[in-house]
Amino acid sequence: MTDNRLAGPLDDPIAEAGYPADHPERVGFFTDTSVCIGCKACEVACKEWNLLEADGPLDLSGNSYDNTVGLGADTWRHVAFIEQRVPARDKPQADLGMPGVGPPGGDPTDRDGTDVRWLMSSDVCKHCTHAACLDVCPTGALMRTEYGTVMVQDDICNGCGYCIPACPYGVIDQRPNDGGAFKCTMCQDRLGDGLAPACATACPTESIQFGPLDELRERAAQRVEELHERGVPEARLYGHDPSDGVGGDAAFFLLLDEPEVYGFPPDPVVTTGDLPAMWRHAAEAALAAAGAVALSFLGGAR
Amino acid sequence: MAEAHPVGFQWVMEAKARGATVIHVDPRYTRTSALADMHVPIRAGSDIAFLGGLINYVLRHDAYFAEYVKAYTNAPMILRDDFADTEDLDGLFSGYDHESGSYDVRSWQYQGAEVEASAGRRDETGVQPEEVVRHAAGQRLQSAAGSEQAGSGGAPLRGTPELDETLQHPRCVFQVLKRHYARYTPEMVEKVCGTPPELFEKVAAELVANSGRERTSAFAYAVGWTHHTVGVQYIRCASVLQALLGNIGRPGGGIMALRGHASIQGSTDIPTLYNILPGYIPMPHAHREQDLATFIEADSGEKGFWGNMDAYTVSLLKAWFGDAATADNDFCFDYLPRVTGDHGTFQTVMDQIDGTVKGYFVIGENPAVGTANSKQQRLGLASLDWLVVRDLNMIETATFWSDGPEIATAEMETGRIGTEVFFLPAASHTEKDGSFTNTQRLLQWHHTAVEPTGDARSDLWFYYHLGRRIRAKLAGSTDPRDRPVLDLTWDYPTGGRYDEPSADAVLREIGGTGPDGAALSSYVELNNDGSTRCGCWIYCGVYADEVNLSARRKPRSEQDWVALEWGWAWPLNRRIIYNRASADPDGNPWSERKAYIRWDAEQGRWVGPDVPDFTATKPPDYVPAADAKGPDAIGGDEPFIMQSDGRAWLYAPAGLVDGPLPAHYEPEESPVRNALYGQQSNPARQEYNRPENPYHPVDGQPGSDVFPFVFTTFRVTEHHTAGGMSRWTPHLAELQPEMFLEVSPELAAERGLEHRGWATVVTARSAIEGRVLVTDRAKPLRLDGRVIHQIGIPWHWGPNGLTTGDAANELLGVSLDPNVHIMETKAATCDIRPGRRPRGPELVTYVAAYRRRAGLETGLEERP
Amino acid sequence: MGVRSWIERWPVYRQLTGRDDLGRGAAARSPRTDELRARTATADREVKSVCPFCAVGCAQRVFVRDEQVTQIEGDPDSPVSRGRLCPRGSSSLSLVTSPSRVSKVRYRRPYSSEWEDLDLDSALDMIADRVIETRANSWEHEDEQGRHLHRTMGIASLGGATLDNEENYLMKKLYTALGAVQVENQARI
Repeated sequence: MTDNRLAGPLDDPIAEAGYPADHPERVGFFTDTSVCIGCKACEVACKEWNLLEADGPLDLSGNSYDNTVGLGADTWRHVAFIEQRVPARDKPQADLGMPGVGPPGGDPTDRDGTDVRWLMSSDVCKHCTHAACLDVCPTGALMRTEYGTVMVQDDICNGCGYCIPACPYGVIDQRPNDGGAFKCTMCQDRLGDGLAPACATACPTESIQFGPLDELRERAAQRVEELHERGVPEARLYGHDPSDGVGGDAAFFLLLDEPEVYGFPPDPVVTTGDLPAMWRHAAEAALAAAGAVALSFLGGAR
Repeated sequence: MAEAHPVGFQWVMEAKARGATVIHVDPRYTRTSALADMHVPIRAGSDIAFLGGLINYVLRHDAYFAEYVKAYTNAPMILRDDFADTEDLDGLFSGYDHESGSYDVRSWQYQGAEVEASAGRRDETGVQPEEVVRHAAGQRLQSAAGSEQAGSGGAPLRGTPELDETLQHPRCVFQVLKRHYARYTPEMVEKVCGTPPELFEKVAAELVANSGRERTSAFAYAVGWTHHTVGVQYIRCASVLQALLGNIGRPGGGIMALRGHASIQGSTDIPTLYNILPGYIPMPHAHREQDLATFIEADSGEKGFWGNMDAYTVSLLKAWFGDAATADNDFCFDYLPRVTGDHGTFQTVMDQIDGTVKGYFVIGENPAVGTANSKQQRLGLASLDWLVVRDLNMIETATFWSDGPEIATAEMETGRIGTEVFFLPAASHTEKDGSFTNTQRLLQWHHTAVEPTGDARSDLWFYYHLGRRIRAKLAGSTDPRDRPVLDLTWDYPTGGRYDEPSADAVLREIGGTGPDGAALSSYVELNNDGSTRCGCWIYCGVYADEVNLSARRKPRSEQDWVALEWGWAWPLNRRIIYNRASADPDGNPWSERKAYIRWDAEQGRWVGPDVPDFTATKPPDYVPAADAKGPDAIGGDEPFIMQSDGRAWLYAPAGLVDGPLPAHYEPEESPVRNALYGQQSNPARQEYNRPENPYHPVDGQPGSDVFPFVFTTFRVTEHHTAGGMSRWTPHLAELQPEMFLEVSPELAAERGLEHRGWATVVTARSAIEGRVLVTDRAKPLRLDGRVIHQIGIPWHWGPNGLTTGDAANELLGVSLDPNVHIMETKAATCDIRPGRRPRGPELVTYVAAYRRRAGLETGLEERP
Repeated sequence: MGVRSWIERWPVYRQLTGRDDLGRGAAARSPRTDELRARTATADREVKSVCPFCAVGCAQRVFVRDEQVTQIEGDPDSPVSRGRLCPRGSSSLSLVTSPSRVSKVRYRRPYSSEWEDLDLDSALDMIADRVIETRANSWEHEDEQGRHLHRTMGIASLGGATLDNEENYLMKKLYTALGAVQVENQARI
């Protein structure tokens, strides 16, 4: 057994979750938003594969081209669109000497030397190293898989909803009709057959890259360096660091602005990190209950 | 490209990752702009001014690829001395007839050579005045066949043009080009396009730096270039520029038409178009005396592969009429119906309204919302005796009689619409075999996964069985008009639960068979004596060795990057056409970096990763004999083998009806005067002055201020065309759930439009509403001291389906490019007001008030 | 199932006896989770196809089970698309299995305000009759100048550009033999 079971860097969360030493490699998503074209193929491919309903309402959000608005019980991928005014890169700031006959109160074609920038980013469950949702789940519906991902087993989930406020990213959501909690499974069914998740399979520009987490982290570091060399100093990684508040995410991102701009918490912390005592309590209670249930099964099986 | 062709855009991103500069020129800032190195704003409808500016820049800086231009383009050709340019005539070329609104194109030809008009149009416009048809309401010339043929065939040319290899002769193409574009300065570009000069110069510098021996640049365009009254000339203008820079026929070069539908390329190759037969052979025109020989004589070229048009045509007639087609009966040439003018879809719909068209098949198409001036389309539908609609979903074209907009406004009444409507459910792509031809001319086969259910059937099934029944009902008829129907080869094998005809057998017929009945491997095997059959000569070889080559799927990991064993590209599986131009006149690559096809003297053939687009064993030093014909007349150093002079055309001596050189004209509806010439708009454009199709006054005319803004229609990633395949699909509908209008914050402030509120866009045709999306991506332009606002209007919506909304096409009038009869949807004028549009009959009153204010009482007003 | 295996499958038993003492991984797995398979792996067959939306021509793999299409995704073998699909291509499964698809022929009589049922065979027969009659009534053998026309201007057609080449070919062949020239396509629109 290792230290840092509920917070801090953890080398092998899969082994920590009780899988044998020859377990598969931990896998994840590296979402490089610098090549995201905002096409939403990930959203659709996810819904088609996981047989998720459209979750409307059919109402224009007004939030650029983002009408999905956020992750939810039936939306496990969500593409954010951010329109910004940024200082113009190449434009001379001086007046060009063209005759101006704009309406009084200013020239409508002059935006003080600013250009527009349009950022797009596909969000998903982060599959944290320290997943508070999993820690608070009283039924064992949320569990860590042999790939190190975090999934809800909907045949076990009783809809208690504890996981929802526990998630530092606000990822998990309940379905109104049956109350069950749902989120990205990283296509657990596909992983078992050696396939990549549906979103990464569809992504036209390899903005969503799937693979062994170690490789992805390496590739991401290279990509940041490359972008810095190409004059994109604002490129930075988010969620890649095993020493962050959630022990690093299996789904991490290359961003071109502060995390808050994309709707990410700047410094997420596992909500259960300082509650081992409570957990012990819950485990004891669960044990007692399980013992009683096991006895009843023994009776029933006779 | 990122918006409408996201998966194709992966290659742009790949190029960018390898260091390519991506430049996006577009009136709107789109997803493509977001990923490009540069977004260059431009006023909708001004691209020829922009491209002309680039041509001028290249010429002014001597930045053209000199060896390529001299050897491979028609730069040295000398023009006739009666040719007059727009420079001389203030925006007109010589030969313009104000009465008919059309050109006599003869003065545009080379000195010393008789260049006929392009295949299929040489006996028409401007040559035989009796063929000029004018509409009673004063519409412009209805020219027949377009110049689509030249896309494959070029225009025929006879004789030997005079050349000046030094390019100094004042009437040589190169000097004419220089003069023609001299006024397209960066300052003029700014004045017309609203593009800042420093940004324009940066584009020009990047383009020039990335072209030449060592580097190539590519252009990609979509209907933002074609949907204009001068659309063909947009593409011509890019061709001139790319030919000057030596970017044609070389890897990484070219001009990519990004087509919007799975087999829209196939739909022109094997056309359901009125003016051409399969393989771009023209439909014959009506004549008192014309047999097959004179038809061929008139339309084939002396030089190049069009020289064998007789073999292509005879083989087609044999494929269709089989044993009934013999040399004695001219291979049933008289069975082909004759065209007498423009029978394009817009003319057809007007003929429906006017009562001559009685029956209409609409197959996987939704004109009631998908075609410009949708009201005109619905008026046509309501005038029919019968209508057959085949589709997956209950589209607006099938339901216009019960819930069309005119029912709501009381302009139509269901009980008074006499159209009998058959709606037949169609099979999806997974429920039938068949091939699509993609935007790279690549045929790819899709296999049946499951059989359709209920009454759903493939369109192949429908036409095969409809034909079978009609033939059975006409069997025994002695009326000569029924002979073609009865003589048709119509014996395809069928199978499965529904007697589905074999699509494989149809493709095999298209691909051609020889005297022994075996599948052919190349169109050079086609004969003019009736011994070969071929349904589409450019597809000849698709079934070579009895294998459906379009169904090949050798994984990309098991072949090189050209991937010749994935699908099959026409012609002859060539992936880059005119690829002989990737080598210099001597047959050596222009550079090793851009090597592709080269002459291998030892082997005595052209070699490279692609199929050479040239006679494989013709050496670079081959000089044709003086009396050589057809392909033999093409020299070893003339790569453009489909052109009648073997050269890329900087100047088009024939084949176009609106000018041999692209010149900027304003759209039919524009808020500004043409800054380049006195001539405002394309003088040869097709207009239809009809009550349901009024045009707005242009700048300077009374009433032009009633419609002060420019609008351009566009697509988003989440929807497909007029929505027939996306508005009914829940996972797409939710992503773009409502019809919206993109406006700048500045225009919103000027007109009081609220973000997410409703607004109404008004033209003289109609008014539509949408939710307002105020976005910094939209920005007003400054040009010639004026501020121009542009509104972006997506055209995916209509009243039916899961996500519903007004159709953008309600707003548009119909005015056409005269070469191809394609409408202008990408630039027009409008007004915009906050709030929802009026309902019911009030909508009609509302639009009528706008018309009156603009001085448009009848829709028949004269145009400049 | 014996009592022992029942107990061994119980998470708490596994939590106490196995390596997953916190019950957050191996011990918490349900039998259903253990049995998860990709439905592409359990399909009866995979059929090669091409995306029906735009003209890029992305390759698709269509998976079928019990004569139903159960999944459509990109084919990584394709040199055109490398297995990728945009949102439209990714929605192909919904497109072809949509409950909104009309499955029966619908017929509207002139001046009627209702759709009626009509069997497919009758519909085809009626359409054949309409074609023959309209053609006969609108036949043009030659014009007033004596030029050979051999056509009908009474029948027109407009096709979408998702038609297969083979379909376009039969359309053009049949229409041309019938003498219909107003045969058009989205390619002009």
